[in-house]
Amino acid sequence: MDDVFSNFDLVLKAFLLTVELFVVSGVLSLLIGTALAAMRVGPVAVLSRAGALYVTLMRNTPLLIVFVFATFGLPKLDVQLPFFVKGTIALTLYTSAFVCEAVRSGINSVPLGQVEAARATGLTFTQTMSQVVLPQALRAVIPPLASTMIALLKNTSVGAVFGLFEATARMRYFSNNNASDRPMIFLTFALGYVILVELVSAGAFGLERRGRVAAR
Amino acid sequence: MSTVLFDTPGPRTRRRHRLYSLLGSLVLVAAVGVVLWRLQATGQLAYRLWEPFVTPSYVRALLVEGLLKTLQMAFSSVLLAVVFGLLLGVAKLSDHGWVRRPAFLVVEFFRAVPVLLLMFFIFLTYGAGQGGIGSYWSVVIALTLYNGAVLAEVFRAGILAVPPGQAEAAYALGLRKSQVMTSVLLPQGAKIMLPAIISQCVVALKDTTLGYAILAPGLTEVGKAIYQQFSNQLQAAIVMAALFITVNLALSAIATRVQRRLVGEQKALAVPAIGHDSGSAV
Repeated sequence: MDDVFSNFDLVLKAFLLTVELFVVSGVLSLLIGTALAAMRVGPVAVLSRAGALYVTLMRNTPLLIVFVFATFGLPKLDVQLPFFVKGTIALTLYTSAFVCEAVRSGINSVPLGQVEAARATGLTFTQTMSQVVLPQALRAVIPPLASTMIALLKNTSVGAVFGLFEATARMRYFSNNNASDRPMIFLTFALGYVILVELVSAGAFGLERRGRVAAR
Repeated sequence: MSTVLFDTPGPRTRRRHRLYSLLGSLVLVAAVGVVLWRLQATGQLAYRLWEPFVTPSYVRALLVEGLLKTLQMAFSSVLLAVVFGLLLGVAKLSDHGWVRRPAFLVVEFFRAVPVLLLMFFIFLTYGAGQGGIGSYWSVVIALTLYNGAVLAEVFRAGILAVPPGQAEAAYALGLRKSQVMTSVLLPQGAKIMLPAIISQCVVALKDTTLGYAILAPGLTEVGKAIYQQFSNQLQAAIVMAALFITVNLALSAIATRVQRRLVGEQKALAVPAIGHDSGSAV
């Protein structure tokens, strides 16, 4: 354990990389996933089918295989990128499919009667969207998006296998060097992940509470 | 088609949508074209690189030592996870705080920790070297702990989904707590839980690939051996992905059928997710 505590800056640096991977691929997959969801619920059949195909393929492929694509496959196509970018690409491709599903289910959860009522009271399309549909859809979307983001946070660990020295790779490094302290080392790093997961879910809970309306 | 978001289109809107369809198709075709052109330009479409996947001995290795082993790992960990999850799920519903609270902590811990971190720890501490349990069991145990924690929530939600009148009636007949659980609540809850358990198989199956990191047997190991020999990483990844997608789609289809059979068109059991998105596979 002395090795871990005397090199605690390495632990923090590893978790910093985990957080960086999480934030960068999280923001990108929120953007791409929302665009995909717009394609899927939109009226253009071609785009909707293409979105559905992408989501089905990605959701059923293991993340590790997506990483193999990004890390070993891209160089074969003469695309040379640093490890961080390749890891971000893999995580973003994978997570945006799940973001798409979360957003789509949120939009679909708004009852048709809400829109009909809004139209019946004479609201225009823009008003219907901005005053009635989107506020309800955004609220419904927070819990599933939060669990997608937490899954992404844990999925950054796969980067350890593909040249990224983030928290999981750092735990392997310390475990290799300090055979007798392995349980404590594991618990230290696990605690780091637990704290990060709790932060994300606390953030989501806060957002959810801020947006909460009187119980229906 | 009319959904929440837009009205049934009129003639002018339909014309506009046709234009969008055309533009969308052009963009998609162009994207596929660029990918194919890159593949061609870098020689990735050469038959030599695809040949192993139509050679009988390699196909057999992929299917028997690869896919079969992977399925075996996934199903044994799901079976063990059902036992572990059942214990935890029932413990979380216990009337005694000293049973409930540790169960809660165990579930939250294993759901928040990445499976790979758990796998490295188990493999390095108990798996590697002489007398260790080996990489196969390291994968199975890591997946059991994680999926068990997820299934604990499924079981808890399934038991709570049984109408309370059932338990009240059972108590009124004079059944004891354990009898109410085993002969009234669990059999009825099982119906609701089964589809969720099958969906969890998809998650477990995808997570077996993490065994790649600790040199566990399975599809990824065979795939790696092939791409190291032929230097066809891209092709191997495509073939492996295709195999996983096929099996996972079959599993999802089974889950949907079971759901229709047992529960009807009612909504699938949704588990309030911390750490994992519910019902579907991440």
